Amino acid sequence: MTLILGLLTGFVFGFLLQKGRVPKHDVIIKAFLLKDFTAAKIMATAGAVGAVGFYTFNNLGYIELQIKPAELGAIIFGGVLFGIGIVFYGYCPGTGVSAVGEGHKDALVGMLGMLIGGLFYVITFPFVQAIRKDYPDIGKETLPSITESSPLLWVVGFTLVISMIAFAARRKQRRVYE
Amino acid sequence: MNNYHEIIQELGKAVWSPYLAGALIGMLAWLTFTISNKPIGASSAYATVAGLIGKIFAKKHTLNLKYYQENPPELSWELVFVLSVIGGSFISSYTGGEFEMRWVPRLWEEIHGSSLYGITGLVGGILMAFGARLAGGCTSGHGISGTLQLSLGSWVSLLCFFIGGIIGAQFLY
Repeated sequence: MTLILGLLTGFVFGFLLQKGRVPKHDVIIKAFLLKDFTAAKIMATAGAVGAVGFYTFNNLGYIELQIKPAELGAIIFGGVLFGIGIVFYGYCPGTGVSAVGEGHKDALVGMLGMLIGGLFYVITFPFVQAIRKDYPDIGKETLPSITESSPLLWVVGFTLVISMIAFAARRKQRRVYE
Repeated sequence: MNNYHEIIQELGKAVWSPYLAGALIGMLAWLTFTISNKPIGASSAYATVAGLIGKIFAKKHTLNLKYYQENPPELSWELVFVLSVIGGSFISSYTGGEFEMRWVPRLWEEIHGSSLYGITGLVGGILMAFGARLAGGCTSGHGISGTLQLSLGSWVSLLCFFIGGIIGAQFLY
């Protein structure tokens, strides 16, 4: 049953990524050249809609937080490496597989690279874990928990800011058309 | 309602508004937490596949690795999810007339020609998988599933992805 759910979820996710135009090399690269905001719009909308749903169900007691600890050393070093990796490859791990589905054979080399990179991490894992311990771990904190504020404030604030930016951007776009 | 009509019209198109695709991805992420009790994420599957391949050639050695003792290489939800993304994307692109076979990305070819992409793509993949495991997630795991939970680590990760990407893009493009 778990595997069937994974299959369905992956199918829908791949479908939506493709409809959103993100499994495209130029869309991803231009996102980092700050020339194409498709990926940013998708992530921001997904974040806002997801946050509203997540925290509603969380409050009702249906779902619990599933987050990773904020180990800032590993996150900053790993995150920057990851960002550099995206522009070398032109896709991220999810959009890369999605690009293969779209027929882009260029995305296959990066998938091979990710297998090698994954294996490299697995092999170096004991050393990495040893180094990890020397860096501060803030723990499984969220933005509301670390600021001791209500999640409601963050969810509403986050949604409002994103909606306002989206409406302003659409209005500007329409003006250009007219 | 005007907006309702707009959405219905949009669904029939080959390419959707990023806001519509994003909203549906957000709903999918939250439903996945509810139904499968899992965050959507794509990067851990690669280490798992490497382990599955390793199991074929050197089973004992592979299963003795500490990472695989904590994260056994099996046909998991995460792995099936990633493989299935290919199918969803194929159906969407094929029915929308966006399916395109090619070996080298156009933007890369315009600037660097067609020869080097094989190497940079490979290096990019290596950096990405290693970086994602170190940071604890990728654009999906941290960027969507983590940020929507307002996780501190995920927001810092997302910021770092962008810093790395913007710096990298300045050198390459």
